[in-house]
Amino acid sequence: MASLVGSRVERKEDKRFLTGKGRYTADINIANQTYAVFVRSPHARAKIKKVDVSKALKSSGVVGILTGEEIATDKIGGLIAGWAIRSEDGTEMKVPANPPLAKDVANFVGEPIAIVIADTLDEAKSASDLVKIDYKILKAVTNTAKTMSGETIHDGIDKNLCYDWLLGDREKVKEAFSKADKIIKVDLINNRLVPNAMEPRACVVDYNTASEEITLYTTSQNPHLSRLVMSAFGGVAPENKLRVVAPDVGGGFGSKINVYNEEIVCSWASKKIERPIKWVAERTESFLTDTHGRDHVTHAELAVTNDGKFLGFKNETIANLGAYARVFGTVTPTYLFGPCATGVYEIPAAYSNVKAVYTNTAPVDAYRGAGRPEATYTIERLVEKAAMELGIDRTELRMRNFPKTFPFKQTLVHTVDSGDYVAGLEKAKQMADYNNFESRRKESEAKGKLRGIGVSSYFEACGIAPSAAVMSLGCGVGLWESAEVRFNPTGQISVFTGAHSHGQSHQTTFAQIAADELGVPIENIDVVHGDTDKGTFGMGTYGSRSLTVGGIAIVNACKKIVAKGKRVAAKMLEVSEDEIEFKDGEFVALKSNKKKTIGEIAFACYVPGQRDEMKSPIPEGDEPGLIESSFFDPANFSFPAGSHICEVEIDPETGEVKVEKYTAVDDFGRIVNPMIVEGQVHGGIAQGIGQALHENTEYDETGQLITASYMDYTMPRADNFPEFNLGFTCTHATSNPLGVKGCGEAGAIASPPTVMNAVIDALGGQEISMPATAEKVWKACKNLKKSNSKAA
Amino acid sequence: MKTFNYHVAKDSKEASKLSSSNSAFLAGGMTSIPSLKLGLATYKDIIDIKHIKKLSGIKVSNKTVTIGATTKHAEVASSKEVQKAIPSLAKLAGGIGDAQVRNRGTVGGSIANNDPSACYPSACMALNAIIHTNERKIEASKFFKGMFETALKKGELIESVEFQIPEKSNYQKHPNPASRYAIVGVYLAKHKKEVNVAITGAKASVYVDKDISKALSNNFSISAINNMKINSSEMNSDIHASGEYRGSLVLTYTKKAIEAC
Ligand SMILES: Cc1cc2nc3c(=O)[nH]c(=O)nc-3n(C[C@H](O)[C@H](O)[C@H](O)COP(=O)(O)OP(=O)(O)OC[C@H]3O[C@@H](n4cnc5c(N)ncnc54)[C@H](O)[C@@H]3O)c2cc1C
Repeated sequence: MASLVGSRVERKEDKRFLTGKGRYTADINIANQTYAVFVRSPHARAKIKKVDVSKALKSSGVVGILTGEEIATDKIGGLIAGWAIRSEDGTEMKVPANPPLAKDVANFVGEPIAIVIADTLDEAKSASDLVKIDYKILKAVTNTAKTMSGETIHDGIDKNLCYDWLLGDREKVKEAFSKADKIIKVDLINNRLVPNAMEPRACVVDYNTASEEITLYTTSQNPHLSRLVMSAFGGVAPENKLRVVAPDVGGGFGSKINVYNEEIVCSWASKKIERPIKWVAERTESFLTDTHGRDHVTHAELAVTNDGKFLGFKNETIANLGAYARVFGTVTPTYLFGPCATGVYEIPAAYSNVKAVYTNTAPVDAYRGAGRPEATYTIERLVEKAAMELGIDRTELRMRNFPKTFPFKQTLVHTVDSGDYVAGLEKAKQMADYNNFESRRKESEAKGKLRGIGVSSYFEACGIAPSAAVMSLGCGVGLWESAEVRFNPTGQISVFTGAHSHGQSHQTTFAQIAADELGVPIENIDVVHGDTDKGTFGMGTYGSRSLTVGGIAIVNACKKIVAKGKRVAAKMLEVSEDEIEFKDGEFVALKSNKKKTIGEIAFACYVPGQRDEMKSPIPEGDEPGLIESSFFDPANFSFPAGSHICEVEIDPETGEVKVEKYTAVDDFGRIVNPMIVEGQVHGGIAQGIGQALHENTEYDETGQLITASYMDYTMPRADNFPEFNLGFTCTHATSNPLGVKGCGEAGAIASPPTVMNAVIDALGGQEISMPATAEKVWKACKNLKKSNSKAA
Repeated sequence: MKTFNYHVAKDSKEASKLSSSNSAFLAGGMTSIPSLKLGLATYKDIIDIKHIKKLSGIKVSNKTVTIGATTKHAEVASSKEVQKAIPSLAKLAGGIGDAQVRNRGTVGGSIANNDPSACYPSACMALNAIIHTNERKIEASKFFKGMFETALKKGELIESVEFQIPEKSNYQKHPNPASRYAIVGVYLAKHKKEVNVAITGAKASVYVDKDISKALSNNFSISAINNMKINSSEMNSDIHASGEYRGSLVLTYTKKAIEAC
């Protein structure tokens, strides 16, 4: 039987998604359901003096209105930071309370203060206009770089500083810098991004008054984790009385990791009013309250010798957490950022120092790549600048500093098990026709245009593991993944996974893996996820972990099925177990060549006996049934890597930047489904080009989000992209039996510096910040003209 | 969205009779529906004019192109007759917003709304358009009064817009990257006796740049405006573009329009 792993199997999920038959949270309706609207703070920072609901309560159709008072009385817990970070001086990070409904003070525009529940959505909306809140407006803190000198937002959190974290050795770096011929410096802003999942957040809560069980349908990347957090920290209901279902979810990108205020409040309120509640975010609410991404201000330096050897690296970053610390909010700018900031290079001495600050803006958390795009942007801008200043070809300089052997002990934390960075860059150069760039530059110049080329080589650390290691660094949970493989008596198979698919095509990829392991047609396999009542516990999907962690749990569970199958087959065929070989779905007794299919074995496991014969197929010590599970905790992260090359053309009269060519060569280890992987890379690059050229999140000094709609927030569109030119190299990961590496975030990690390096190259080396909008580029073109005419 | 009464008018007369100080016509709904949803506008009555047959359609004569008020942008863009008579007008319509917007938005809605960054008002100005309403005819130069302001009276209904066919014309637009409205749009039309250069997006409302138009009337070439200075002090300045940048775009796109003529 041909292996399915490695082939372009069509997606099982396409039919329902492409015919509009997906079933999302907002599609779910429950008899007698009510509708919720949240009353939100219009101010970025204000004392809540009084919340008067008396008039609103009298409005037609209102079922109930609940505020921070009630939620405090009922002792419902607040939102949490999932990762405890320690400062350089040994003190623990400082985290403010984050109640699900703000009671005394509101800290960002959009923070929920009350829930209005009514028979219809219209009635809930009308009533919400009648809730009167008396505020004392306070001065907002919004500017990342200036936060530490602003007013203190949270009582007892001096300078608005959550932590001041250090990784690396300042002394060693100092020494390395003293030996350098040249020090390359950059000041960077990693622009804040709004994740913009196509499906806005939503929840539907059904409280069963008889069983006292809450069922929460919600837009989550990790339903089991949501249940855990809501039970352990929220105190909404014990885990056995809380079922969390995340049905089809239309994109997450990290913004649906968190358990949000609305889910906690609706679950709690449904129990109080003893009716189901539905809430669906409007797009404005998504802009204001989904966790945002990035928002770093960085100063970084690279110490180099004249012949291009890297000696030392330092990174001083201020990271904006927004108003509160959320699930991955505190780890994203530290362990997911700092270690990767030295990139794919052998740099003997390095440190990353990160100050994380609170501001009166939406909370910032993991967003596709989470910390690694910021890291890659830092080092790849530095390296490109170093190439320019040293007059060494940018690819040559990179190659000189790549590790040539693996495992590669990276300066700060990671031991990278496998890779071949030289091969990746060579292949990218060839595919991008790098060596003939100058002739294309001349062609553009002849048309009055500026052309630039940019490169970035990246590695990233995803599929965070092992649990003991991540917990030693402050993580509140282990990051293993579980799977259960369940044969039905008639031979179809349900594969339960704790990962969650919201665009990643797990139903196809995971079925390919299981089909190969079990030797059955892929049609016989259903992948089940997203329901805490179905399958074992799981940690969910983020950080490109699903295949490298969750996929391996499936492999291991399948192996247990086969092992049991062998024992059963041996007994049925009356041979010893080591005489049985399993191949292509059949258990074969090697000598007699008698065989049993895996379907026959499954049937025998469930129907263990025959008329007139007192003989069980179940061996001694085994039990009937054919269900196996596995919890996989990998030995290490997985480390995808690659090189991307971009060419842009700029119209100096208008400043418009056109991405002319984009080449990406990635090493994701063994590839299960090339079509799905290409889709992931396309999406990631699109988001990265969005960050580099288009997307800008702007708060004014009073803390109003002025880019809170698609009239002002530029989402990239298909016509902003060229056809992507993708290639792959392959070194197998040694930390998992499939040899796979994560591919979900790489595109968004590598592309922002690639594009910006190209833009800056076109602009003659002038620094310019993301997004490189037409006006910024136009200004830089004017400077270029001036300096060119001076030189002439 | 607040509740409202929805009426379908069968002809212009009924539409105008149903209107009040607290009503709006519904054409493509591309502006009115988002404003209702966001609570920026509330009306007691919404009067749907899409079903009035007389208001939709394209007529081309020797001298003019007349477009019915509820004709959709996509229809204008794909009309062979418009493409032949005034290709730049078809191009303008085909570059509005995105496909969804073009399949609903109408010329009447566009000019009645007079968004400072809408495209059609510039075509009206450059092509000496006459706006036909159920009450009168209004010259384009007297129609656009200011930001979101027109000469229309309450309940007055645009029936069609009559554009004068120029000798040559071109429309150039620097789109807002987010909404794809015009940051700056330049409509250049060379008529027998004059050249009109109408600018949208740059100021509070569409205008004809007198200096550029005059210079090009005398000498229809890039060299006529090469050394021209644009006063950008009155230009719009927002997160997408400063006044200075808009000023520069006016000249840049005028040159591109001349080149394309
Ligand atoms: C995302 C987006 C992008 C856009 N991009 C562009 C662009 O690039 N260029 C551009 O020019 N436009 C653009 N538009 C505007 C769009 O093309 C429509 O022209 C505009 O929204 C109004 O037309 P409508 O038919 O939808 O009017 P409606 O929304 O139905 O009505 C708008 C207003 O006009 C009034 N009105 C409508 N018809 C008449 C009439 N016959 N007589 C009197 N009053 C009337 C209504 O009372 C209402 O107040 C964009 C819109 C969107 C949503």
